[in-house]
Amino acid sequence: MNGAETIDLLRLDGDALEEGERVMQICNACRYCEGFCPVFPAMTQQAQFGERELSYLAHLCHNCTACYHACQYKPPHDFAVNVPRALTRLRAESFADLVWPGFMRASFARNGTLTALIVTVVMLVLVSASFYLQGADTLFAVHREPGAFYQIIGHGLMVVLSGGCLLFGLTGVVISGLRFRQQLGHGAHTGGRWYALRRALAAAARLDHLGGGHDDGCNTADERFSNARRYAHHGVMWGFALCFAATLTASFYELVLGRLSPFPYLSLPVVLGTTGGVGILVGGAGLLVLRRRFAEGVREDKGSMDLAFTLLLMVISATGLALLALRESVAMGSLLVVHLALVLSFFVLLPYSKAPHGLYRLLALYTFYRTSESGVAPTPRS
Amino acid sequence: MVGGGHAGLCAAITAREAGARVLLLEKGERAMRAGNTRHTRNLRVAHPHPVDVLAGEYSSDEFLQDLLKVTGGNTNLSLAAITVEDSFELYQWLRARGVHFQKPLSGTLNLSRTNAFFLGGGCALANSLYTHAEDIGVDIRYQADVERLLWQDNVVVAVGLSSGEVIPVGAVVAAAGGFQANLDWLAESWGDAARNFLVRGTPLNTGDLLSDLLDEGCEAQGDPSQFHAVAIDARAPAFDGGIVSRLDCVPFGIVVNKLGERFYDEGEDFWPKRYAIWGRLVAAQPEQIAYAIVDAQARGCFMPSLFPPIQAQTLPELAEQLDLPADALVATVEAFNRATRERTFNPDELDDCATEGLAINKSHWARPLRAPPYAAYPLRPGITFTYLGVRVNERGQVLKNGVVCANVFAAGEIMAGNVLGEGYCAGTGMTIGGVFGRIAGAHASAWVGDERR
Repeated sequence: MNGAETIDLLRLDGDALEEGERVMQICNACRYCEGFCPVFPAMTQQAQFGERELSYLAHLCHNCTACYHACQYKPPHDFAVNVPRALTRLRAESFADLVWPGFMRASFARNGTLTALIVTVVMLVLVSASFYLQGADTLFAVHREPGAFYQIIGHGLMVVLSGGCLLFGLTGVVISGLRFRQQLGHGAHTGGRWYALRRALAAAARLDHLGGGHDDGCNTADERFSNARRYAHHGVMWGFALCFAATLTASFYELVLGRLSPFPYLSLPVVLGTTGGVGILVGGAGLLVLRRRFAEGVREDKGSMDLAFTLLLMVISATGLALLALRESVAMGSLLVVHLALVLSFFVLLPYSKAPHGLYRLLALYTFYRTSESGVAPTPRS
Repeated sequence: MVGGGHAGLCAAITAREAGARVLLLEKGERAMRAGNTRHTRNLRVAHPHPVDVLAGEYSSDEFLQDLLKVTGGNTNLSLAAITVEDSFELYQWLRARGVHFQKPLSGTLNLSRTNAFFLGGGCALANSLYTHAEDIGVDIRYQADVERLLWQDNVVVAVGLSSGEVIPVGAVVAAAGGFQANLDWLAESWGDAARNFLVRGTPLNTGDLLSDLLDEGCEAQGDPSQFHAVAIDARAPAFDGGIVSRLDCVPFGIVVNKLGERFYDEGEDFWPKRYAIWGRLVAAQPEQIAYAIVDAQARGCFMPSLFPPIQAQTLPELAEQLDLPADALVATVEAFNRATRERTFNPDELDDCATEGLAINKSHWARPLRAPPYAAYPLRPGITFTYLGVRVNERGQVLKNGVVCANVFAAGEIMAGNVLGEGYCAGTGMTIGGVFGRIAGAHASAWVGDERR
């Protein structure tokens, strides 16, 4: 970019950073895709494309793949530009770079394996402990009275286990977020803090950047635009939010109002949790189906991270709904143990799964709106 | 429809929507479909008031005046009038069929009033039209290379592919592009100079169908040496380099040829209005090469180039790197610097920074070049599309010895020379292609419908 060194525009076997720089340099001279999403306007503001800039752009990208299908330089053109692939590769490396503690880098390369391992271990521990502490008779009995769940696992123990695992997971995620923020550094601020936060949250809430810039949606299998992936993701995202809200309201009921779960079917915690669980299952199923349909040029090659995450969420939801349906039967005890084990695994895995993507993208979006008020740099005439 | 670019797609969709059975024959493989359309980014649209992505007002009269100005009057007035009058309807027609538009973001302030930019560029436009065409039942064949038409008197009865296959047709729309990728044909007018031309777009536009039409006696329109050409970075690929090789630094420095001499007013007008003449200017220079030179002051004034500039701390060093005569370059720059005047530089206006007393003055934005590092960009002519084509009437029909060929139509680059005798202004090519594509499609389907009855 400064003319001092020439990158080889036709070299296709570079590492992620080299390929990222190569591709962005070509895009920066073209810019036809600038209306699809913030990646391209953000690109125009960078003085160079080093690791810092490329991580920022990679997390700003939501993998809608519109810029692949619209690209006149994609293979078989000699320039062989494939922006989604280049940014996905960078994003995958970034997850590994930002993870805390550092020795957990490898978790992203074998994410499915790690997830399965943790789930198995936690499950074994919890199942054995419950058999040991409560005995089969209690586990497989019918419990209907208020506080029924706590016959299986004591209230105090549940709080300590959940809280502890969640705290552990959140710590890792927050530290990674702070590391990313530090990496992003300080650009020239044109937008205010609250403006940028508002815009970033709105973009995340509406999943604007799975809308293709024109709101007709993103690309999956081919050049056709569709909001299917966006809606599926909404299902999972809002489903998750509802489940979280269910947990909060349940805690409120228990700690403040003194009422014990299980709560009535039409109570707020149950309605929120049920809707949330269904949202995750339906949305997740959609994501799994669509994930297999990506056009050949942009098929996911960041490993099993998204698959493991989606499946785990779906299994948690399924067991949660099963628990709801069968809470007055002899299956309640075992379902509760299984469901809890899955939830604890999820918490523990938070920093080593796809979970931080929400935070990374939010931070990238925040940075975007903070450093480009109108969304675009005032670039000279062309 | 022969040719699956913008014009061919507009024709195919129009004809299909009118009820005809339509076969679109595209020479390229699917990944390279739509020829030069892949590299386009906007079309010029007349509009009476702000609408969607179009700011302000751009009357048909003003559009026509712009056309007359850039062509110097070398245009078929009635076809030019049709182009401007139908441009707004074309824009709406494209939108209604899934083409997305956007306001230009990257600083093309002047153009947001006159041009509608494709969200995602020409490839995205082509994708939307192909999707729509598929949805409404247009048959599409890729790697279908039409090399000739089969005639019976003044009626075409079939098309012949290079594979030997012959397909009977009721009507044909020739939308197969110009011949800019055919350096041999360009050399017929330009001689050896053509070997130094770069082809900005698809290598597939070798003009086979045009050549066949002309051989069969269809009337030609336009000068074989004329084309839309832009000065691009000499390091661009020989074919298909597209937009990334264009350079916008000319107004901010000087341009010298191989002899180290300036040859044209670099600051004549705003770049969007002048960029189109520089291709021919460089083509006329010795060895078809020129060098745009700026100093450190100009840094940041123009879009980044794909290729880094050639830099040096002194002019003699720069001359050596560029293989220019050092004395001549230094003399040119010194004379230029002496001729500049202390005035107010303003790139957003036609400012008063003009040189005085030179054989070739720079009318605007002239500042002395004296702040190293000096940066140079080598320029060559990049040919976008050729202007020699087939003559058409107002229904897009070709003519043979004065007789209208009722079922043979042309649209796009293959007939753009009817409107563009010379010169160019941004976005006009796509407007011509779309307007005459729709016209051809409408009349072709009407003809076929009538014939069936």
